Amino acid sequence: MQYIALIYWDEASPEHVPEDVIEQYGVYTQDIIARGKFKAGDALQPTDTATCIRIRDGKRRVIDGPFAETKEQLGGYYLLECDNLDDAIETAAGIPTAKYGTIEVRPIRIYGD
Amino acid sequence: MATDGNASLIRAYRADHGRILAALIGQFRDFDLAEDALAEAFGRAAELWPKDPPRNPAGWLLTVARNIALDWVRKTARRNRPDLLAAAADFATPQPEAEPRIDEVADDRLRLIFTCCHPALSQEAQVALTLKTLAGLTVTEIARAFVIAPGALARRLTRAKAKIRDAGIPYQVPQARDLPERLPQVLAVIYLIYNEGYAATEGRDLTRADLAEEAIRLARLLHGLLPDPEVQGLLALLLHHDARRPARSDAASAVITLENQDRRKWDRTRMAEARGHLLRALEARRPGPYQIQAAISALHNEAPSWGETDWSQIAGLYAALEVQAPNPVVTLNRAVAVLETGALETATNLIASVAEALQDYLPFYIARAELHRRRAAPKAARADLTRAVALSRNAAETDFLTARIAAL
Repeated sequence: MQYIALIYWDEASPEHVPEDVIEQYGVYTQDIIARGKFKAGDALQPTDTATCIRIRDGKRRVIDGPFAETKEQLGGYYLLECDNLDDAIETAAGIPTAKYGTIEVRPIRIYGD
Repeated sequence: MATDGNASLIRAYRADHGRILAALIGQFRDFDLAEDALAEAFGRAAELWPKDPPRNPAGWLLTVARNIALDWVRKTARRNRPDLLAAAADFATPQPEAEPRIDEVADDRLRLIFTCCHPALSQEAQVALTLKTLAGLTVTEIARAFVIAPGALARRLTRAKAKIRDAGIPYQVPQARDLPERLPQVLAVIYLIYNEGYAATEGRDLTRADLAEEAIRLARLLHGLLPDPEVQGLLALLLHHDARRPARSDAASAVITLENQDRRKWDRTRMAEARGHLLRALEARRPGPYQIQAAISALHNEAPSWGETDWSQIAGLYAALEVQAPNPVVTLNRAVAVLETGALETATNLIASVAEALQDYLPFYIARAELHRRRAAPKAARADLTRAVALSRNAAETDFLTARIAAL
C-alpha cells in the first residue's frame, strides 16, 4: 500500500523547531530512500504564498490565503509543473472537486537557490 | 535655475514615476529593488537638478535608477552569486547622451496594474500596491488616507510583494480570454480608491479629495492603455460623480446630499467630459455595470432639480444593474427611484425584500422613512430616522437626520 504523510507545524513559531531540522530532514530522507519507502516529498513555501480556488455557478473565485474551512477535509493532491501562478490557477481550476470544495495551490520550496 | 530644477523634479515625479517604476520592475522583476533604486535616483536628482537640470528628466531618472539597480545587483552577486556578476557585467553602462526618451520606452504600466490587482492578493493589498507603485503615493500618505497605522500598511505591502515573488505571480497582461475575469478586479480597485476619497465617513477631507483625484488619474491611465467600454464607463462614472464635489460639502465641511445640493456649483467641464466618455463607451454595445452606473449618474447630473429627475429611466437602469450585478444596495437604490416615480406599492415590496440584508445599513432607514412619510405614517418614519441617527458616524450626517425628524 502507499501512504501520504502530511506534515503540520506552527509556521508562526519556528523557534519550537531545532536549528538543525534541515539536516535532520536530510538524514531522514536518505534513510527512507535506503529502506525503499520513499516515493516523493517536498517542503512547501509558507502559507503567505497560498491561494485558494473555488468554482461556483460556473464562475471561478480566486482568494488570497491558505485553506481555512473546518467543514472540508483533505481529499487528495496533484503535484503540478507550471510556468507561474496564473498557469497553476488555470490548471488547478480543472480539478473536478473545485466545483464542490476548495483547491489550495502553494509553491514547492526549492532549496539551494 | 534652482526653481527650474525643483519644478521639473516635481513634474517628473507626478507624470512619470509610475511609468519609470513599471519599466524597472519589468527589467529586474523585483519590486523592492526597483522602488529603492528609483527613490535613490530621485534623491540624486534633488541634489543635482537645481544646479544642472537635465533636458530629458524622465530619461535621466530611468537611466540613473537602472544603473543604481545594476550596481546593487553586482554587489549582491559578488557576495552570493559570482555567476550573476558575470551576467550583470554584460549590461553596458548607458552614456548620459543616450538617455532614452520616456515615450520611446515600452509602457509596462498595464502589466504593473494587472500584477498589483492580482486576485491572489487581498483587495486591501491590491489597493495599497496600486497606490504605492502606479500612483507613487508614500506609505505615510496611503496610511493617512485609509486611517490605518503606517507600520501595518508597510507590513501589508511587504507581504504582498513577497507573495508576488514567492508564489510566482506573473508580470503580464492576462490573455484576452482571461480579461473578463481579471479586468473587473482592476476596475473595483480604482472604484474603491475613488469611493474612499468621496465617501469621507472618517478622516481629513483634504487627503480624501486627493484619493478621488488619484482614482481619476488611474482610470484615465487605464483607459489610455486598454480600450474597453467598461474602463471608459468607469472613467465616465468617476467624472460624473466628481463633478458634484464642489456642491457636496458646505463651508463647515458638512456633507450635503444630492437632493439638497446647489446644482449651479457642479463642474460643467467634468460633466461634459464624462458625457463624451459614456457616449463613446456605449457605442460598443457591450453595457456593463460601470456604464450603467455612469448612465444613472448622467441622468442625475442632467436633471435641473431632484424633483425633475427622470426617475423612471433611473429605475429601469437600476433594474438592468440588478441583473448584471445583483446586490441588495442596488435593489434599495432602485426602490428609491421607484418611490420617486410615485409607485408606492412596488417601492414597498422592493424595500421589504432587502430589509433583512440591509438591517445595519444607514441609507436603508432613510429610504424606508421616506416611504413611511409618503404613506402618511410619521411614527414609523420617525422610528426609522432615529435608527439612522444611531448608525451615523459623522456629525454632519447626524445634523441632517435630526433636521429630517424635526420636519416630520
